[in-house]
Amino acid sequence: MKTVRTLALAALLLSPSLAYAADEHSHEAPQPPRLKWSFAGPFGKFDQAQLQRGFKIYKEVCSACHSMEMLAFRNLADAGGPGYSPAQAAAIASEYKIKDGPNDAGEMFEREGRVADYFPKPFANEQAGRAANGGAYPPDLTVMAKARTYERGFPWFVLDMVTQYQEHGVDYIAALLKGYAEKPKDMQMPAGMNYNTMFPGHMIGMPPPLQNGQVTFDDGAPATLDQYAQDVAAFLMWTAEPNLVARKRLGLQVMIFLLVLAGLLYFTKKKVWHDVHAHPEKLKDRA
Amino acid sequence: MSGPSTYQPTNGFMRWLERRLPIGGLIHSSFVAYPTPRNLNYWWTFGGILSFMLGVQIITGIILAMHYTPHVDFAFKSVEQIMRDVNYGWLLRYVHANGAAMFFLAVYVHIFRGMYYGSYKEPREVLWILGVIIYLLMMATGFMGYVLPWGQMSFWAATVITNLFSAIPGVGEPIVTWLWGGYAVGNPTLNRFYSLHYLLPFVIAGVVVLHIWALHVVGQNNPTGVEPKTEKDTVAFTPYATIKDAFLMVCFCLVFAWFVFYLPNFLGHADNYIPANPAVTPTHIVPEWYYLPFYAILRAIPDKLMGVVALGGSILILAFLPWLDTSPVRSGRYRPLFKQFFWLFVATCIGLGWLGAKPAEGIYVILARILTVYYFGYFIVVLPLLGIFEKTKPVPNSILDSVLHGDVPIGASAPPPTRTGA
Repeated sequence: MKTVRTLALAALLLSPSLAYAADEHSHEAPQPPRLKWSFAGPFGKFDQAQLQRGFKIYKEVCSACHSMEMLAFRNLADAGGPGYSPAQAAAIASEYKIKDGPNDAGEMFEREGRVADYFPKPFANEQAGRAANGGAYPPDLTVMAKARTYERGFPWFVLDMVTQYQEHGVDYIAALLKGYAEKPKDMQMPAGMNYNTMFPGHMIGMPPPLQNGQVTFDDGAPATLDQYAQDVAAFLMWTAEPNLVARKRLGLQVMIFLLVLAGLLYFTKKKVWHDVHAHPEKLKDRA
Repeated sequence: MSGPSTYQPTNGFMRWLERRLPIGGLIHSSFVAYPTPRNLNYWWTFGGILSFMLGVQIITGIILAMHYTPHVDFAFKSVEQIMRDVNYGWLLRYVHANGAAMFFLAVYVHIFRGMYYGSYKEPREVLWILGVIIYLLMMATGFMGYVLPWGQMSFWAATVITNLFSAIPGVGEPIVTWLWGGYAVGNPTLNRFYSLHYLLPFVIAGVVVLHIWALHVVGQNNPTGVEPKTEKDTVAFTPYATIKDAFLMVCFCLVFAWFVFYLPNFLGHADNYIPANPAVTPTHIVPEWYYLPFYAILRAIPDKLMGVVALGGSILILAFLPWLDTSPVRSGRYRPLFKQFFWLFVATCIGLGWLGAKPAEGIYVILARILTVYYFGYFIVVLPLLGIFEKTKPVPNSILDSVLHGDVPIGASAPPPTRTGA
């Protein structure tokens, strides 16, 4: 009881600062809306059609500036991913020109991409990337979905551990892609910068990358910004966490195993300790 | 405590071996016949859990080391390669990263349990101090491990923490240069951290052996804080403690697996998925959650040197706990006032942890200062004075008494405890 009282007191003491924190965040970092993701939760799986749509957006739009250094063409045919066949992955790879070499003559040469190749970078180096983008370097996107987050604050971050909410990164990316707006009139913004409601500080170098109707999907999904933003964010979750499906599947097996084992051990423990608890006075002296 | 071994090997080979190397007898007397107080509650199972976690960390760590490249240009990518191309590499890495968090979670429960039941008191001072040394080694190991993926938080945590030494007057700067192996955190720093990160767990294992040795000399404390007097006060380690430890260890693994499989990056920081960049400082440099209370203490003090002294002092003061607590009653169960101050101390540590994750500005700094004062006050003022002024409840005559009759002593109450020895 006393414990509870003390903790309640501690919480009370901290509450003004909590209110302060909440107030501070309301005008500092906007909270992206929570979207529905097929890969959320303990049984989550990637939606193959969504990953293929997201890949199409990456290929046709994002890859003009953003590299995907740690993704290989072979990964497109990996289990739990977008579900391309090895032949399809090879066909996609062959659309790319890969710089290879040096050859026997000591010269670099270009050849058709193979499944073992990694996605080529759009710029030869960081300086080239900066020069082409008004000084801002478009970051690599492979693990972007895990490299971005937003703060949920207390008590949400505690509850999130129970509800398994961890899609902060994809929610943020989807919201960012949709977050472009007219800048407030009183805001000073250097030329070449863009106003984005979701970006920390609201000034982002990247111009609005996606517009309604920009990419045509093969599966008839709507060609809207909302759809694009969510599909490409889901694709980035897969590139960041390609083993997500395997992980959650193994997790379920491990949890069931541990639960059964814990149950068996609990009853074994009860039996072993039965005499000690039931007849403590009769417990004979041990030799 | 254990006395001469009663181990009688039935197997011919073991009889032969026992006359030459009595290892069977050692294991039997330490982990089978070893008497443990019969009234131990589940808080006492965390020692076993910690040994298990050390094993998990060493095994996963050795395999990760086979695939990791300690070089500033390749470290980040080699970790991603482990995640993608090594068979079950994602599992190894997530077990290792979350294992560190679970290791600290367990050690905090273990430490608070010791503090509540007075497990540091005579004759367990050396046992306690060895524990503090293990904790310090864990902190160093955990910190250096966090640097290895060479993400933004790795790099900046390394910069901030090593820079603390620059606060030492006169020799501070040369010490930092020496720690870095250069004039900034760089490849030599990463290399030595990797080397030490591989070494220290084995040092921890060595000190754990001493810790368990000391434990088996003085015996376990128990919730009553009354030493076992007769054999009826104890039960054999096996099967009683073994089965109880095993049950809670599996329950602990359920929590562990929850994080590994379902929330593998929840306890980490998103910025550590951005490759280290010395030219870009993250908006908030935050250590892992298990260091946050100490980070809050560091930032609560306006002076850098004093902040570092407070940071070091907040951990080292634990080693003096056996002498700071003056109460002759060991267990918090019979100390009504102590209980309240203890739980307030636990709340303070949690509060400091929360503040450590907040920016060091405004109300957060003021709160951190108040909590820092209580943190030290608990050790320097509260515990010494409580021993003098607190009216404690009567302590049961024996463990069996407490089991049979609750905590009310039968007949004449136990003689008031007197301080002996120390």
